[in-house]
Amino acid sequence: MNRFSGILATVALCGFYLAFSPGKALPFFSLAGSNFLVVLSMLPPVFILLGLFDAWVPRQRVTALIGEKSGLVGAGLSIFLGSFAAGPLYLAFPIAETLLKKGTGLFNVFLFVGAWSTMKIPMLLFEIQNLGLRFAAVRYAMSVLGIFWIAWAVEKQLGEKGRSELVERFRS
Amino acid sequence: MILSPLVTVILLVALVLTALPPSVLSRLVGAQSGFAGVLLASVAGSVTLIPGFAAFPMARMLLDSGAGIVQVGVLVSTLMMVGVVTLPMERSIFGWKAAIARNLLAYGHSFIVGLALWLAFR
Repeated sequence: MNRFSGILATVALCGFYLAFSPGKALPFFSLAGSNFLVVLSMLPPVFILLGLFDAWVPRQRVTALIGEKSGLVGAGLSIFLGSFAAGPLYLAFPIAETLLKKGTGLFNVFLFVGAWSTMKIPMLLFEIQNLGLRFAAVRYAMSVLGIFWIAWAVEKQLGEKGRSELVERFRS
Repeated sequence: MILSPLVTVILLVALVLTALPPSVLSRLVGAQSGFAGVLLASVAGSVTLIPGFAAFPMARMLLDSGAGIVQVGVLVSTLMMVGVVTLPMERSIFGWKAAIARNLLAYGHSFIVGLALWLAFR
């Protein structure tokens, strides 16, 4: 029951809003509908790729490439993985889970999530097109710095204990 | 299992976007709105979740209708990096501590991005 309380509350909230402004029903449903179709069309490829990755790429391989001790190459590879993705941030979380299960280093997983959130190459091209080269270049350069210091600070904030608890959760 | 939080997110986005049309938004985050406008843009960007392919044309639209470049930069940055609505999803994988820390730091970082844009477009 608890699992569905969020969605029930949201549906109730939307219903409440639409009851008071029925004129907004059409834009609301067309927006929700088109977003839903976009996400639905993105889910199958993401999960198929995840499934293939899970089945085909052995754990030792992942650990060697982007594990705790993979250093600068691992960091670069994690950012590369994240920035070639497409899709909203919330699709990165199930992927991050698989990455952790496969033995990816925590810092690298945070880099991956960071890169996914704001460094996606297809999105960069789109940003240049819409907001201009200077705007996109400044924001992208700042993002590179940002995801490194944020990944570092989040790890620091977790501490040794929080870190190992988090990693252990995915090691069974 | 994953569909339930996704549907929640999609409904919330649609709700916020219909309740707050771009014309209202661009007035609130105009070039003259100063730090109050930046602050407002950061909060709006944090609580909403708009996919990039919809966010950039929207940002363009806001700029064209008079929004400030710093305000729009902070809005875009928080839109992409901070997700209040997706916090429950993020927590289920990284735990509360890391999820909240990442979002707070990304929120702070968006102001640095805004500062950089301000310097670049002065």
